Amino acid sequence: MKLTTLLIGLCSASALAFAAHAETLTIATVNNGDMIRMQKLTDDFTAKNPDIQLQWVTLEENVLRERVTTDIATKGGQYDVMTIGNYEVPIWAKQGWLLELNNLGADYDVDDLLPAIRGGLSLDGKLFAAPFYGESAMIMYRTDLFEKAGLKMPEKPTWEFIGEAARKITDRNAGISGICLRGKAGWGENMAFLTAMDNSFGGRWFDEKWQPQFDQPEWKNTLQSYAELLKDAGPSGASSNGFNENLTLFQQGKCGMWIDATVAASFVSNPKDSTVADKVGYAIFPNKEGINNHGNWLWSWNLGVPAGSQKAEAAQKFIAWATSKHYTELVAEKEGWANVPPGTRTSLYKNENYEKAAPFAAPTLEAMNAADITKPSVKPVPYTGGQFVAIPEFQGLGTTVGQLFSAVVAGQMSVDDALAQAQQVSVREMTRAGYIK
Amino acid sequence: MATRQTRSLARLMLAPSVVLLLIWMIVPLAMTLWYSFQNYNLLNPVMRSFAGFDNYRYFYTDPAFFESIANTLAIVVGVLLITVIGGILLALLLDQPIFGQGIVRILVISPFFVMPPVAALIWKNMIMHPGYGVLADVARSLGLQPVDWFAQYPLLSIVIIVSWQWLPFATLILLTALQSLDEEQKEAAEMDGANFFNRFRYLTLPHLARAITVVILIQTIFLLAVYAEILVTTNGGPGYATTNLAFLIYRTALLSYDIGGASAGGVIAVVLANIVAIFLMRAVGRNLER
Amino acid sequence: MARAISTRRKTVTTVVAWLVALIIFFPILYTIITSFKTEPEAIAGISLIPSGTFENYIEVQAQRDYFRPFLNSVVISLGSTLIALLISVPAAWSMAFSPARRTKDILMWMLSTKMMPAVGVLVPMYLIFRDTGLLDTRTGLTIVLTLVNLPIVVWMLYTYFREIPGEILEAARMDGASTLKEIVYVLTPMAVPGIASTMLLNIILAWNESFWTIRLSAANAAPLTAFIASFSSPQGLFWAKLSAASTLAIAPILIMGWFSQKQLVRGLTFGAVK
Repeated sequence: MKLTTLLIGLCSASALAFAAHAETLTIATVNNGDMIRMQKLTDDFTAKNPDIQLQWVTLEENVLRERVTTDIATKGGQYDVMTIGNYEVPIWAKQGWLLELNNLGADYDVDDLLPAIRGGLSLDGKLFAAPFYGESAMIMYRTDLFEKAGLKMPEKPTWEFIGEAARKITDRNAGISGICLRGKAGWGENMAFLTAMDNSFGGRWFDEKWQPQFDQPEWKNTLQSYAELLKDAGPSGASSNGFNENLTLFQQGKCGMWIDATVAASFVSNPKDSTVADKVGYAIFPNKEGINNHGNWLWSWNLGVPAGSQKAEAAQKFIAWATSKHYTELVAEKEGWANVPPGTRTSLYKNENYEKAAPFAAPTLEAMNAADITKPSVKPVPYTGGQFVAIPEFQGLGTTVGQLFSAVVAGQMSVDDALAQAQQVSVREMTRAGYIK
Repeated sequence: MATRQTRSLARLMLAPSVVLLLIWMIVPLAMTLWYSFQNYNLLNPVMRSFAGFDNYRYFYTDPAFFESIANTLAIVVGVLLITVIGGILLALLLDQPIFGQGIVRILVISPFFVMPPVAALIWKNMIMHPGYGVLADVARSLGLQPVDWFAQYPLLSIVIIVSWQWLPFATLILLTALQSLDEEQKEAAEMDGANFFNRFRYLTLPHLARAITVVILIQTIFLLAVYAEILVTTNGGPGYATTNLAFLIYRTALLSYDIGGASAGGVIAVVLANIVAIFLMRAVGRNLER
Repeated sequence: MARAISTRRKTVTTVVAWLVALIIFFPILYTIITSFKTEPEAIAGISLIPSGTFENYIEVQAQRDYFRPFLNSVVISLGSTLIALLISVPAAWSMAFSPARRTKDILMWMLSTKMMPAVGVLVPMYLIFRDTGLLDTRTGLTIVLTLVNLPIVVWMLYTYFREIPGEILEAARMDGASTLKEIVYVLTPMAVPGIASTMLLNIILAWNESFWTIRLSAANAAPLTAFIASFSSPQGLFWAKLSAASTLAIAPILIMGWFSQKQLVRGLTFGAVK
């Protein structure tokens, strides 16, 4: 009798142990196309890992960032896997909030990750997040409109050429703007573009003593050229256009040029969504005559695990799957090579199928290799970053400055006023945060 | 005897909600006060220390601070004006005999059921978008340049969106009040040969006074805290044109993750809200006593 | 003669009223229409006749399950409303029928708690929720929504109860009814319309509360406000899909509102009617 009881007890205990082993991972992601595609393909993962269940929290970028930051900083423990940018990774890793990813499996091939991307996700040689896709920025332009206007895109276009070409192509009656650029306020919207543009103008956010540089000629040149360019050749409502609005405009054939993230290339060249799919050319991010800097734009969306996670092993398994070569092949098989998440692995750019399917592969790789986040400006700087400054204060500061600059585009503030206020705000914030002694 | 028993029973019945609200108010308020005297940035927890009044000084010297108070008041006053005046007109209209009254009323109150972020998304993308919005289409078909609402009239755009959400509420309350107006009184006034405007001025409007004060009171409470509409549409810009106090605190708390600063802002906002409340009670409370 | 004039007048007011009503309703109507368009149609300029595709709804559902957030919204808005009523009916009752010297002050103080900007106390609240294990639970959200709306509920009930004439009470007391009986048999029937409309208003407010519900939930308890937050500004064309998601998010409460419109209006006076 006693034996049976014991046996039953053992059985139920092992059943319990098994049940406890079936883990549920809660994954926080951003609601862009590649991430949503991943959610649809997870059957492949759960088939291989029947003991792991996946649960998604999909949010719009700003809300997502707000949620995961609050959660990780207060150790709320709501998420097992977080989608974060390469802006957050080094800052969080420094705080000891992220788990080192050292258990990604034998066939993961870490050395295949693009060096620039991998560098941005590592601290002291340890990897703290795995890249899902990566991007730099480049020019996308309409080959037909260029031809019609008798223009030819040079190999390394300067801002001067871009300005001329944009004004020449603009045809208000036909509803075509020469150039579409981000104008919507936000550190990840207009300030991403303007910071990169300022880099290519030879400028910087801060000097070696963390003094803001908005009172310097480079920023004035940058903002002036940008505002005039949008006024002469930009679309209406430019001050509320972000990445997505410009993407729509370009796909509808309303823009002659668009300078933005390289991931956009796969959307504008996709005949399903784009009316100009076969008429898009690509060129490297412009620079100012004589300054060897093409913006240094580098962004990646990555998957990371909060330190102290109870489900670290399962979480790493999932991350290894989602960022593996195998996943790339899975997408290629189901949705075609043009739709695989770009910009993370060297091997992808050596793949013939990809090159054939994606005419933007070579310019994307070129742009990504040109970006150097350890040296964003030609002048010396105390920070790393590219289209952002990798300090915790940048989100708030960048957005405030972005509001001022977007007021310039909206015609509600002069360039000089905006710069003066930006300088004042930055000095204030940096003093408060203890950078300026 | 009976009264004393009733009294203590009354206190007993009152107790749960008072105690709960007391906790709900005191605990977060105490924590907010505590944090407002701390240097506490969520992204830099190591640097935590006592801050004295630094956070307050920092918050109220924010370049956007005074503009944000002005914007807060502009939103409250603007929306109140539109909803009260619009609400009276609508209530007068709906009080008339019309065909399909039920359906008309349903259509008019519908915006009240729409959650604020959805309302903002709809207005931003469907109605006010300078490229694809309905208003832009209408402007173009009339041969006019489409208005870029959020760049040219940012604060007005916000006021319009929020007014659209609150107009049904005002209309409903005013309409209920209007319908309680004595038919006999109305007819008597008509008999006396009072024209429409006189009837409105001397009979209807005084009768609506209480309803109007109620609308003002309830809406003010909600309007002081408007932020979702701003976050979705303009992000407080261009410049600081649409940054109100609630949004400024939001920016400090969830973009800069400056908990100390945001807490100080929260305390300042509570103080200001209470000033408004006292002011309102003075004006409104008397009206309610009658 | 007089009759002809009044009919003509009725026709004119009808036309004006319908016109105004349609303008006010237009943003919602257009969203519903757009949700049945294809993406290129949605931005092709104003048109009131969609091609009638259900594609957007299918895609929205494929992207994010609708039913769980829907269920969460139902549970937390109904739950918080019921709890709020349980707490506030006795409170409002006692304030209305045995007013003390401080009743007015207590009421005003309750209302003033609503003026505190939520975001200022987010981090303290998040910490409390973390320590009590309430993060991302329906219980947690129900508690918060109850407290957020309690002041309005108490106030609304108070103003309604106060309209009930005291003489009825006196009469009941004369007949020797106890306080309990007085409440159950005499006053409650009279108070039902007020309670009903308070309940409806609170359900609407709870359904649409979009600060705490997004910030304190993750995967399990996320209601429709979080559902909609995953559809604003993704990549590419999204007008039609956004419209479909918006329609899904507001439809339940809109339909409830339409059907219960009469009950909502009857008690929605806040003491404005004397």
